[in-house]
Amino acid sequence: MKRLTVEQLLGIDKFVVDDEEAHIVLDKEVCRGCAAKPCTFACPAGLYTVKAGEISFDHAGCLECGTCRLVCPYSARAISWRYPRGGFGVLYRYG
Amino acid sequence: MADDKFTAIIVGAGPAGSTAAMTLAREGCDVLLIEKGPTPGAKNMFGGRMYCHVLNRLIPEFWEQAPVERAVVSENITFLNEGRSASLSCRNEDWAKPPFHSFTLLRAEFDAWLAEKAEEAGAMLACNICVDDLLYDNGKVAGIRAGEDEMFADVVIAADGANSILAQKAGLAELFSASQVATGAKMVVELPPDTIDQRFQLSGNQGAAMLFVGDCTNGMQGGGFLYTNKSTVSLGLVINTACLQRSDRKMPDLVEDFRNGPHIAPLLEGGEVVEYSAHLVPEAGIRMTPQLFGDGILIAGDAAGLVLNLGFIVRGMDFAAASGEAAAMAVLEAKRSGDFSRSGLSIYRKLLEESFVLRDLEFYSKVPQFMENRRLYEKYPGLVTLVMSDLFTVDGRQPQRVLKKGLAAMKKSGVSLGGLAADCWKGAFSL
Repeated sequence: MKRLTVEQLLGIDKFVVDDEEAHIVLDKEVCRGCAAKPCTFACPAGLYTVKAGEISFDHAGCLECGTCRLVCPYSARAISWRYPRGGFGVLYRYG
Repeated sequence: MADDKFTAIIVGAGPAGSTAAMTLAREGCDVLLIEKGPTPGAKNMFGGRMYCHVLNRLIPEFWEQAPVERAVVSENITFLNEGRSASLSCRNEDWAKPPFHSFTLLRAEFDAWLAEKAEEAGAMLACNICVDDLLYDNGKVAGIRAGEDEMFADVVIAADGANSILAQKAGLAELFSASQVATGAKMVVELPPDTIDQRFQLSGNQGAAMLFVGDCTNGMQGGGFLYTNKSTVSLGLVINTACLQRSDRKMPDLVEDFRNGPHIAPLLEGGEVVEYSAHLVPEAGIRMTPQLFGDGILIAGDAAGLVLNLGFIVRGMDFAAASGEAAAMAVLEAKRSGDFSRSGLSIYRKLLEESFVLRDLEFYSKVPQFMENRRLYEKYPGLVTLVMSDLFTVDGRQPQRVLKKGLAAMKKSGVSLGGLAADCWKGAFSL
């Protein structure tokens, strides 16, 4: 069987992306001081990546599990987390 | 505003919310069931199986009309270590006959059906609404706010899932900590029904449930699961979120390793991944139960952490439905007495204790601590698979007694006799 990248996996899912409002917002200033960056390992959607030493995040493929908020050593200070506005976000067809 | 006021606003149309709404609507209450997805179930996922006992009481012979997948007839636990595995299997044909023991199912379809049952009973369902906050009247919860909209009720039932925003807003719960929950990630893989029947030794409506411990989580607390549906297989990992915090492997990579590993790949050969999903699973048992009620508010289902994980049995949906029903009964009692305050709703806890919900969580109160034992994931899968594969190995060398083989395997796996005895003792007294 062919191995799939996380981008390919997310490409299979159905999303209604909210282009006006991101439901997760990072304080990159706090992230800069975080050495471990556990979000980059724990996020099932692999949405937290490090680019040029800085955390990079895209809310578009979020599966809305809430893992990032719980693994963040700085929790609420670094990650402002809420669900997407009604009707937006991931739409499971199987679940 | 009085005309617009509901008896109850229920936030979240999952099994807890829809059951609460159905129970209240059946008694003639004005109920508003709010769902943030465009349809109930659109935001929900789980491993794959619901035990039937609660729903069969609420909707007798629900399987005649509900979108269930397969009746689980085969239970399997497999220890994985490198190229070796050892399994324990149990099959009971009666489980696949009425009144059925458990069904695999897919939540997008199933939750929509259950919410429809609540609507048929008279509840009003409103989708595409994400509740932002609670409204208060003299310190008592009096409704909800979603964007610009405000809606009022005698009582709010927060059935808004493991990330329950409302339980926190009401001051009844803290945000769950990483060690209290697990992160579940799942793939749904499409295969022809005949192929599923053949590969898992099933026929007709029969389904299989498989759990895996060991390599699949990279030795972290948790495990793998596989459930057969009609024409899909649900496959995934559940890993304690605090362990993931220290992981040196990425969660999506672990899931793909598992799917493509030697134990799973042949079962899914030729299958196509049709969905990838993730969710938190409360798993600290009774220790994580928040305050279950406050003035004008009750908490049910995942939002209240009502999940039981025994390792070989994982129960969430039956707890959710039963807690939703108990919340509804508490509201009916409060309505009779005209007291929706904290004390008026306090019967909720009693109802949960009398039902199996808090009874079972209390009965298994030591299990979550037992499950934190790292040897269960790091050492024992290696030991079990080594002992078993030695037992079946013929190599022409001097034979050894089973006991000696076992002791040698323990030494090789880094397990001491004392440690093993202590863990068996703890397991026997917590499970």
